[in-house]
Amino acid sequence: MYTQGLDQSDTRTPGPEEEAQLVQAFQARIDAEEKIEPRDWMPDAYRRTLVRQISQHAHSEIVGMLPEGNWITRAPSLKRKAILLAKVQDEAGHGLYLYSAAETLGTSRQQMVDQLLSGKAKYSSIFNYPTLNWADIGAIGWLVDGAAIMNQIPLCRCSYGPYSRAMVRVCKEESFHQRQGYEIMTVMARGTDAQRRMAQDALERWWWPSLMMFGPSDSDSAHTAQSMRWKIKRFTNDELRQKFVDVTVPQGHFLGLEFPDPELKLDEQTGHWNFGPIDWSEFKQVLEGNGPCNAERMRARQTAHQEGAWVRQALLAHAEKHEDIR
Amino acid sequence: MTERELPLWEVFIRSRTGLNHRHVGSLHAADAAMAMQNARDLYCRRQEGVSIWVVESGLIHASDPSDKESLFDPAEDKIYRHPTFYDVPDGVENI
Ligand SMILES: [Fe+2]
Ligand SMILES: [Fe+2]
Repeated sequence: MYTQGLDQSDTRTPGPEEEAQLVQAFQARIDAEEKIEPRDWMPDAYRRTLVRQISQHAHSEIVGMLPEGNWITRAPSLKRKAILLAKVQDEAGHGLYLYSAAETLGTSRQQMVDQLLSGKAKYSSIFNYPTLNWADIGAIGWLVDGAAIMNQIPLCRCSYGPYSRAMVRVCKEESFHQRQGYEIMTVMARGTDAQRRMAQDALERWWWPSLMMFGPSDSDSAHTAQSMRWKIKRFTNDELRQKFVDVTVPQGHFLGLEFPDPELKLDEQTGHWNFGPIDWSEFKQVLEGNGPCNAERMRARQTAHQEGAWVRQALLAHAEKHEDIR
Repeated sequence: MTERELPLWEVFIRSRTGLNHRHVGSLHAADAAMAMQNARDLYCRRQEGVSIWVVESGLIHASDPSDKESLFDPAEDKIYRHPTFYDVPDGVENI
């Protein structure tokens, strides 16, 4: 087994009556804001939901390294290169924190990785878009990490202990990601005309996909209500999306950039920025594997895994040999 | 081909001298040296620690959650184990 201290696990199968009592006691703990820990009793559906959500989240961090990794060797200065390296390394770390949080639920990392590589598991649709020039690295940090932070902050209070602790660590590291991106955008927006056009173009390409990162509208989101009851989720997709728009639009205007949405307008009454309709058919297409880079991303992950196989084997062989000597 | 997975390790970090090592998470590694190296890379990218312990997860024995009552409840009614249980007369100091 793959959970912390899982030398003993709850092997009893409760009868229907006992199960109902357990479910009730479980919900009462959640309602009282108690954290659920790996070896506590939990409904199967809660476990499944968490494994799905946490592993998808982990996959997103891992695949998310690819679009940015694309620019490490071509960063415009040593400073930017060091920053981008550190950021991409953080994303690898986030993936690993999350895989180990999911492992505490009894699913091995290898199973999760296999699901990613076979195409069975999903990852965030945003990482299927290409990074065409350096301004994209600015836009990703500012918008994509910005949207991720919006999603992740409430997850620090998630009812499942290992997930919430992983998210606290992740959130601590994310804010540098967003700031370095915004700084790149600032430099470019205040640079030459050509740089300014690149910044504007990057914003135009990344804006709508960033809004899609929050997932389908509440009316089409199958899992939201149950996840809110279990306190896995604290806000709905639409609530988080609106929060993101409200904080991000003024940041873009500050740089003199224009958002690619003619309907974007401040509602003086509510203080919220109203925005135009999202093209959900594009979101669906990308999710189904037909985005601009889906195939490339999958290929990159599969190749990396295959080409690393001999290293993993050698490591184990070395460890075994070493054990014999000892 | 099913590949054998690298074993799981638990990581404990002392964030400053004078403090206990604290559990921070887990990782996979083939042996202790690799676990140590990975713990450095994974959990200490921002000076989070001055010392690292790594322990193979399988070596940790944990209490069973269903034993919670029998293990921890007996301490509940032993309030005389706390200094606040005792009356000290007014005027008595330094006790
Ligand atoms: Fe991240
Ligand atoms: Fe990030």
